[in-house]
Amino acid sequence: MGIFYHIGQYFLLMVRVFKKPEKNSIYIRQLILEIEKLGINSIGIVAVISVFMGGIITLQLTYNMVNPLMPTYIIGLGNRDTLILEFSSTVLSLMLAGKVGSNIASELGSMRITEQIDSMEIMGVNSASYLILPKIIAVVFISPFLFIISVFCGLVGGLITGPLSGAVTIATYLTGMTTMFVPFYVSFSIIKTFVFGFLIASVPAYMGYYVQGGALEVGRASTKAVVNTSILILFFDLVLTQLLFK
Amino acid sequence: MIEIKNLSKSFEGRMVLKDISSTFDKGKTNLIIGQSGSGKTVLLKSIVGLFDIEEGEILFDGRNTRTMNFSEQKLLRQEIGMVFQNGALFDSHNVEENVRFPMDMFTTMTAGEKKARLNFCLDRVNIKQSNHLYPSEISGGMRKRVAIARAIALNPKYLFCDEPNSGLDPVTSILIDALIKEITAEFDITTIINTHDMNSVMEIGDNILFISEGQKCWQGNSSQIFNTRNKKLNAFVFASPFSKKFREIKQMEDDE
Repeated sequence: MGIFYHIGQYFLLMVRVFKKPEKNSIYIRQLILEIEKLGINSIGIVAVISVFMGGIITLQLTYNMVNPLMPTYIIGLGNRDTLILEFSSTVLSLMLAGKVGSNIASELGSMRITEQIDSMEIMGVNSASYLILPKIIAVVFISPFLFIISVFCGLVGGLITGPLSGAVTIATYLTGMTTMFVPFYVSFSIIKTFVFGFLIASVPAYMGYYVQGGALEVGRASTKAVVNTSILILFFDLVLTQLLFK
Repeated sequence: MIEIKNLSKSFEGRMVLKDISSTFDKGKTNLIIGQSGSGKTVLLKSIVGLFDIEEGEILFDGRNTRTMNFSEQKLLRQEIGMVFQNGALFDSHNVEENVRFPMDMFTTMTAGEKKARLNFCLDRVNIKQSNHLYPSEISGGMRKRVAIARAIALNPKYLFCDEPNSGLDPVTSILIDALIKEITAEFDITTIINTHDMNSVMEIGDNILFISEGQKCWQGNSSQIFNTRNKKLNAFVFASPFSKKFREIKQMEDDE
């Protein structure tokens, strides 16, 4: 019963979130702030992790895939497709669920327990819409850009690690990067980032918005938000992969 | 004027408010008093609409909240100002942004008009040169005053204060009480204050509703409270040796 209660509550909250804003100019100002807070401030960590992951994928491909029957350009090709298909969309979203998701859940949870949300409600503000809608739009909007940055940084990571480890030359790596490129893979992953972006913002927002109690419950809500968002991301990854590749 | 009629509220089958009826007058400071856990906050939050009530009616100048549609409720809420126990200022906004928030959200005032109103509200609560400080950078008393300034920003008809003196020293408490009383009279607001501060009861209690275990036990004013024979009220009001002594002196003065 618990799960159906939460699903129902979540959709009721989303109905409130997507109601017409009281004042567009205020929402746009909030949106810009959220894009900066949730998106721009994540670029650094996305870049660092992607560079390392690109390097690690390159080394793993070198040690596990390359043999006399396989061309060495498979390293660049494998790195590119791994980054595009799964790492920069799914794994990165899991990471963002931790960073951005816990931030959203704890922010809204703190606002709830300190009665800031109540004070908005009493003023007549649709607090769900004012607080959550800009976050959802910001994360959905910024996710494809983070995906592109991640793919680029991952490829650069491979480009640095491959030649440095002596596994592949720059020219061969670049050949692999441009061989058998399937543009649909990029579209597929961008579609995934939109869905994951929505989950990353909305699920923790739900968890934080309905917190009851004190600081301990805010912490619990934050943890639950990350766990549930991660599970949902993997579930929707499965569903979307099946649907879009069929 | 706010009227409540036969108000009942329960949480998970446990009755918290039982058949409470009362009237809160315009231009007066109406106090709800009672022990911790007696249902004061639930009553206040039920009146402002944060909790749905199961039975009874709430009338704001004759307008029944139970028969209002969503947009009517929304308009009513813009006539309400509320000061929460800890101020409930928005952490991410500074003092100026907090007070300006309702104006930004609901009015079509120009930037100049907003600035003038902001300055008026902050002057009224005696906040000076703190416009750019954040809630975490100001004292508890200042937070309460900023919360009052925000509550009066849109010229409310109704002002609700949930334990405005909690966590404040006696001197600051007196200042906050005086400020609320002045604002109530000045703008002819219906003010309801939730408190268990006896000094507030004596100083600003124009109309006092005492509730115990979710039920209305007594209603009167601050001078009537000294002569009441209500045992529960006496046990609550004159709990401390200081207040007992105070009552003895007051009664001796009255006898003379």
